[in-house]
Order: sequence, then C-alpha cells, then structure tokens
Amino acid sequence: MILDRKNKLLIALALLVAVMLGRIFHIQVMDGRYKSDSVRNAMVRQYVAPPRGIIYDRNGAILVGNRMSYDLLVTPREVSRFDTAALAEVVDTSVAFIKERMQYYAANARRIGWQTLPFIKQLDEISCQRFVEEQYRFPGFKIETRTIRDYPFNAGGNLLGYISEVSPEYMERHPGEYRPGDYYGKTGLEAAREKDLRGEKGYHIYLRDARNRVQTAYNDGKDDKLAVPGKDVITTIDAHLQQYGQQLMQGKKGSVVAIEPETGEILAMVSSPCIDVSVLSDVGKHYPEIARNPGKPMFNRTVMASYPPGSVFKIVNGLIGLQEGVLRPNYHYACYKGYQYSSGHTLGCHNHPSPIDLNEAIMMSCNAYFCHVLKNVLENPRYDSISTAFSAWRQYVMSFGFGQKLGSDFPAELGGNIPSANFYNRRYGRNHWRFPTIVSLSIGQGEIGATPLQIANLAAILANRGWYRIPHIVKDSESISIDPKYHEKHYTLVDTLQFVKVIPGMWRAVNAGYGTGATAVSGAVPGLDICGKTGTAQNPHGEDHSVFICFAPRDHPKIAIAAYVENAGSGASWACPIATLMVEKYLTGTIRHEHRDREQRILKTKFYR
Amino acid sequence: MTTTLDRGLRKTVDWSLVVSWLLLVLIGWVNIYASIQSSEPSSMFDLHYRCGMQFLWFLVALAMGMVVLFAVNPRLWEVISSPAYLVVLVLLVAVIFLGAEHKGSHSWFTVGSVSFQPAEISKITTSLFLAMMMSQAGFRLSARGNLLRAFLLIGLPALIIVLERETGSALVYAGFLLALYREGMSGWYLFFIGMAIVLFVLTLATPAWVPFAFIGLVLALFLLFHVRPIRHMRLRRRYLTRALLSAVAGVLLVFSTNFVFRYLLRDYQRNRIEVVLGLKDDPAGAGYNVRQSMIAIGSGGLFGKGFLHGTQTAYGFVPEQTTDFIFCTVGEEWGFFGCLVVLLLYAYLIGRIIVDADASREAFTRIYGYCVAGLLSMHLLINVGMTIGLVPVIGITLPLMSYGGSSLLAFTLLIFIFIALHRQENKYF
Repeated sequence: MILDRKNKLLIALALLVAVMLGRIFHIQVMDGRYKSDSVRNAMVRQYVAPPRGIIYDRNGAILVGNRMSYDLLVTPREVSRFDTAALAEVVDTSVAFIKERMQYYAANARRIGWQTLPFIKQLDEISCQRFVEEQYRFPGFKIETRTIRDYPFNAGGNLLGYISEVSPEYMERHPGEYRPGDYYGKTGLEAAREKDLRGEKGYHIYLRDARNRVQTAYNDGKDDKLAVPGKDVITTIDAHLQQYGQQLMQGKKGSVVAIEPETGEILAMVSSPCIDVSVLSDVGKHYPEIARNPGKPMFNRTVMASYPPGSVFKIVNGLIGLQEGVLRPNYHYACYKGYQYSSGHTLGCHNHPSPIDLNEAIMMSCNAYFCHVLKNVLENPRYDSISTAFSAWRQYVMSFGFGQKLGSDFPAELGGNIPSANFYNRRYGRNHWRFPTIVSLSIGQGEIGATPLQIANLAAILANRGWYRIPHIVKDSESISIDPKYHEKHYTLVDTLQFVKVIPGMWRAVNAGYGTGATAVSGAVPGLDICGKTGTAQNPHGEDHSVFICFAPRDHPKIAIAAYVENAGSGASWACPIATLMVEKYLTGTIRHEHRDREQRILKTKFYR
Repeated sequence: MTTTLDRGLRKTVDWSLVVSWLLLVLIGWVNIYASIQSSEPSSMFDLHYRCGMQFLWFLVALAMGMVVLFAVNPRLWEVISSPAYLVVLVLLVAVIFLGAEHKGSHSWFTVGSVSFQPAEISKITTSLFLAMMMSQAGFRLSARGNLLRAFLLIGLPALIIVLERETGSALVYAGFLLALYREGMSGWYLFFIGMAIVLFVLTLATPAWVPFAFIGLVLALFLLFHVRPIRHMRLRRRYLTRALLSAVAGVLLVFSTNFVFRYLLRDYQRNRIEVVLGLKDDPAGAGYNVRQSMIAIGSGGLFGKGFLHGTQTAYGFVPEQTTDFIFCTVGEEWGFFGCLVVLLLYAYLIGRIIVDADASREAFTRIYGYCVAGLLSMHLLINVGMTIGLVPVIGITLPLMSYGGSSLLAFTLLIFIFIALHRQENKYF
C-alpha cells in the first residue's frame, strides 16, 4: 500500500473510529461506575414499612398497638394554581401557613427539585376524608398513610418508651439496618425489644424517569420484597396494676416496682412523674415541654435512680448476722432512743419498748438493734481486720443483687452502689476506720445506693426465702423466647433457714395491730398476710424519702413490691399504703370499703403540680 | 446491447453505499422508537409521534434518493452549483432576520408545518460549489490565491452560520479541509490546526509552563529532524525563520487563549469546554448532559440491556435523546457491540466514499466525494465524541440516525448525489 493522501486519510478515519471505540469500551465494559450510576438514576426502591409489633400485657391486653396516621404531602413542582382558602378549609389550617410554605418552596425550588415533602403531619381523619374527596382541586398534593403507635392503656410511659425517627448517629451505630425516615424504639420497651418489634422492611422496585415520576415496576415486581411484620411482645406487666400504681403515684415523685417472686416477672413498674402516653406517639412535638419539666419525666426512676435504701436494708444486715452466727433471733439489745457509737455521738431512734429481740426490732424498725448487729458482723473475731470483715459483708450484700446491675432486660438499668473496703481505705486510710465510722450502713444509710428495682428484688428474695430470678419485663411467647438466664435461680449467700427467722418480724410489722409499736399496721389487709418493712431514708435533698417493701401472702407469695416516694416523710405514711393498696388490688381485684378513705387520701395528695 | 447489460444497475450503482445508508437510517429509526416508547407509547408507524414521523421522513428520503439516482441527470449538480450556492447564502442571511427563534438560534425556516435549516442545505451547495471551482481545468491549489479563494468559499457560509448562533454546525465546515488536503493543500495547515487545539487545551487545563514547554519541545524536534539535515543554506534559513515565527505565533496563541476563552466564547460554550476538560464538575448544570449520556452508554455493558429495556434514555435522563443524543440509546440497549456495529457502518460508509471518490476519473466527483466524507467524519467525531465525553457538547446531529427530516433529507441528498455521480462515471467509462 502506498502512503498517499487517500490512504493517510483512511488511516486517520480508522484511528478516529478506534479511539471512539476504545473510549466506549472503557466506559461500557471496564468502568463499572456508570452501571451503578444508572441504577441510582432509574431504580427507586419504595420501602414498605412493616407494622411494628404489638406490645401486650401479661393478660393479653394491648399496651401498645398501631393506628393509621395521615400525612399530607406536596410535590412543589407539580403544584399548579389552586385555591389556598379552599385548601386551608379542607385540611383545617390557615391561609397564611399555606402561603408561607408555598413561598418557601418557590424560594428553594432549585434545591427541592422534584422531591415530595411533608406538608402537614398527622392529619386528623375527617380532614383527610375531606381532602381525598377534593383532591382533584389541589394538584401536587397527596395523602400518605403510615402507621403510628397507639396506646389504649394509660400505663407506663417510661416503661413502654417511644419510637422516634432514626438519627444519623444511630444509623452509624447500626450500619445497613436503617434508612433516613425510619423509626426506632428510643427508650423503654420499644428500645429493649427493637429487634423483635421492628420487623423487616419490604420494598417495591420501580423505574422512574428524570422527573422522579414512577414509570413501571422493575422486572414485573419479581425482585420486590414483602415486608415482614414485627414480632409481638408479651410483657410481664399487669396493665391494670400498672395503671393503678400510676394513679396512686400521681403528683408524687418516686417509683413502685412489683415483681412476681416465683418467676421474677415485673408486674408493674411505675416511675413518677412519667410521660403521659398521649404524647408518646408524637414525642418530638412535645419534647420541649417534657425537657423543661423539673420532675424529669424522661428519667426512669425505677432503674436509674440510686437511693439510700433506708431501714428496709436492716433485714439484710439481720440476715447476714444470722448467717455469720453473730446474731440469734432471741438476742435482745437495749435501745436508749438511739445507739451511742462513740463518745458524744448517738445514732438516734424513735420511742419504742426496750430491750427487744430480732423480730421485734424488725417490726418496730429499731435503729440501735441493727447497729449492734452490724457491729457484731464487722467486729467478728473470725476476721483479722475490719477490712476483711467488711469485704465478707459486702459479698453477702452483693449476693442480694445490690451494687451491680441485675441484668434485667430493661434498657438503661443502673447498678446502685455498695462501697468496697478499698473505698474506705482510700477515704480514711488503711486501718483508720472502724465500725463507728460506717455505722450508718446498719440502717441502710450512708454510702450505699440502690435502685427501686433492686429494692423490689430484695422483697422478692424475702418472699422466696433466699433466692431470686432476674426481674424482667418480657415473657416467653410464640414469637419470642427470652434469654434463659431469666429462668435461673440466683441464691443469696444466706441460707433459707435464716430467712425463715426474719419473716415473722415482717409479718408483725404489718399485722401486729395498733399499739404494738409495729411500723406498718396501716397497711394491713385482713386475709392477705402481707409481710413488710418500712423505711425512712434520710437524704440531703430535704424531707425523708418514704420507703416500703412487702410481699404477700406470707406463704406462697404472689407479689413482692417496693415503693419509694421521694421527700414524702416516713415509710408508714405514704409508701406503705401505696404498696399495700396495690397488693390488695392485685390479689383481690378490688379495694375493700374500709380502705377507700386511705385510697382517696393517696389519690388526692399531690406533692407537686 | 451486451455492454449496456453488463453495465446495468447491478454494476454501475455502488449498492454497498445504498445499503449502508439504508441500515443506518433504519437503525436510527428503531432507536428513536426505543428512546421514546415510554413517553410516547405508540406503534412505530403512528404519524402523531416522532417515531412514525421519522418513518415518513425515511420514505421521503428513500424516494428522493431514488429520484436523484435514477431520474436526475448528474450533470445538473455541476451546472446548478454556483447559483445554488448563492441562493443558499441569501437564505442563510435571510433566516437570521426571518427565521423563528429556536433554542436561542435563528436558523430555522418554518413553512406551514414543515421547518428546515438552510444550514443543512448549505453543506451540499458548498460541497458542490467547491467541487465545481476546484475541478476547473488548470486549477491548482498551490497557485497563488487559490487556497485563499477556497477558504473564502467555505468560510463565508460558516461565518453566517456562526452569526445564526449555530456555532456547532459551522464547526462541521472544518470537514472541507479533508478535500483541500487531498487536492494538495499543505499538510502543515492541518498540523498547525492540530497544534492550536493542543495548545488551547494545554493552556486551559495544565499549569502555565506546560504549553510553553510544549512549544519548545515541538520546535526543538522540528529543528533537529527537519531543518538540520537540509544542506541548502538559504532553504535552511527560510525554514528556520518560519519555524521560529510559528513558535512565536504559538506563544501569542497561548497568551490570547485566556482572552478568547473569557471574552469571545459564550457562557455555555465556556462551561461545556470546562466540563470536557474536567476543569469543572457540574453534574446538575453544564455537565448534566454529558454525565447522563455517559451513564446511559456506560450502563449498556458488552451486550446492552436489550431492545426497549433501556432506562436512562427512555425515561428522559438523557436530554435530546432522539436527536443529538440518539447514540446513547444504541449504547444503552445494544451495548458495546451495538456501538461497534454502528461505528463500523459509518467507517465503512465514509471509507467507501473516499475510495470511490479517489478512484474517480472526474475531478468534480472526486472533490465532491471528499467533501461528503469530510462532512460525515466531522459529524461523527463531534456527535459521538460528545456523547462519550471526548468533545464538548456541540449540538449537531448524528447523520442519518438522529430524528428530524431536515437533517435526514440533507444527508441523504448529500450522499445520493455522490452515488449518482459515481454511477454516471461507471455508466460511461
């Protein structure tokens, strides 16, 4: 071939085509970027949110259900001239609001593009129906239905928790599980059982055009995925008891936790003040007022508040003394309106007969008696130093579930605090502290802190005479099986034998009758054999906390309960009636006529607004 | 009698050109259908829609092609070339004042329901006139003033088209350089044009020193391999001066580039150049067309998504998907092999025209054929180049495939005049 101009031009032509084919081969075959871009361009996944699982109480009543909610959406680009006054009337809003929104859309038209935006959220049903009838007049507007949470029972705002739109941080912590706009359980049961309740999202794959208008189903819908509804959760909660507890705690700060001792199932979990369920389905809207509330309704006191347990803790000390062999039920100690633990220092007590034995000390809640008990424990010659004796004591206490998280299935549980020997060594120096230094531990004061859940667990341990199952709020059901650890028995380091010795004192505290010096006679319910122990926890925040634990009946107990009313005074005055009314309600289903006055007094008293 | 039989239709007409033409038009028609089937669902023959209209245009073009091939004496083209050239020049000017504005340009005449662009016809008349002038006995491009005359003849319609704001269509006139080159124009012109483009790109896209280094390098290579071996002193000195002058011109070009870029180009032109050079990433604005076009083609893969299964073109992601960006539909639905077939068809068509033209005994046919090949090549380079991001977005059609009667008829006429000229030669020699 001669390289004349014709052939040069032919070669140039061939080169041109070769270069173009090379480039085409590169972008079509070698560079995968364009394929994924085209998928993003044309395929839209329309996600179908599954119905969230329903939360039932232990008897099958619905605590949290689902209901339809109607949002009015708008695609600003598709809106043409419409009668703003008519729309305002139909969806029950103001013309000014509509004009303001439309101006906003016009100002941001380029950024919004063909997106569809929420216009009014949670339209009521009547507006929605009116709108659907007249929809043709408002091009670009449409209704989207979604399900929101519904609370038929006003039971336990904090307990149930709420769902909220996922935040970027939450999505980051759960990669691939959520998409913007999804909801997740943020607190309470909704959070604890998020994985079961949420179900699996389904989706339709559509092809869309450049204006974001859906054209056809992709691959005839063969690649679509059906939504899997969330699993239902059956809780251990008794809706009626929970509701009754909330009513009783209305206007008071504190908490009530009720446990079925045999199973460890939590029957009621009241934290007051709490979030009303009426705001739970739209927490976002009410968030500012909730956050401003000085009562901190978001704060779940039952598992997060750490209080000194007060006198109810005396029973623990008594049991340890018995187990260690440094106390016998018939030991009598004198009480001179207190206990002089060093010269000039007395831990005071109230007026009661003296000397008394263990059961009387429990029944009358004598401070001095339990100072003697703890002295015996800590100055036991078996131990070479107070540190080792204290460590032994701490071991006992920890075996009751104090000082650590119980491992409940409820989120955000805290562990309370039981100080260690090292703690005192650091504070006072090694061998520079003795029993009198920590004498307040005898009566459940001082450096110890326990959550109401732990105190209720103590009541359950006493009811079971020595063991507990980890308190939990979710029951085994067809769809969910709970962690087997909730079925395990946890024994304390104190033998059942010793427990039997303190029960009569608790029984007498409630049932000994007026004039005996018993602390909780106001809580007695004939026939129920309630065993209880009051507490009056001193605290730096003002008036004493009113504490009461009890279980009933005495044999084969069905309920163990702990009530803690902040800054309310003595245990007998508030916590005791609240707890025993709940026991009565739970065990008999009603409140005896003669207890109605007591009930009314509780219901009407509000320590704060 | 036997001789006429031997030189009958089968032998005289270059049927391979007709078949290439037919295939490209039909492929274009099918792809137009595919690219609009979602927004204009209809039969392929429904005249209310673009696809049906294109079929109608195809029939008209076919009829016209046959008339040109069999009914018109090819001598006619040579005869009417100068008056036709002048008439079209008048039309080109007239359309600026009389034509309706269409996407910012004044290049369309509308008569009744039919509209057409004089610029499309101008390509034919310019080719004819150029061929006529250059085929005169004794015409040599090297003779004084002849090259200038040829440039003027090509440049005049191109300039008017620029004034119509159809810069893209004017750019196509560079295709005539192919014919000029074949007829003896010095290859240095092409070299300088190439250098100018390279310098323009280097100035815009690389650090300031690069274009100067490039000039220096080219100059050095030239002096070393082209000037040094020359023994003849005066010739050598003349070359040296010319080379240095060219280098100075190159430096001046570099300095003027920014001025040209900033002040002579329109905003959209500047943006498109910046996008293709990768200076600007603007996927929603100036870069949208190219990006969507490349996504459409790129998503096709080796074998494509299949007929009517394209999503990018059919759902309107690619703009102008039936006209300027019709190649995207080929790329998306038929994949690399579709592109290969289409480009090879074009290469065959153009190459065959070059071969036929070169073999011609008549200068008129030869020059006209090279004009046709040049115009088709420029269209192909610019149109396909733009869809794959090699060339800035310039709104010109893909010959024979893009939707639109004006373009289809013009290219059909352009090609069939050549086939007719070629046939007549075969008939009589």
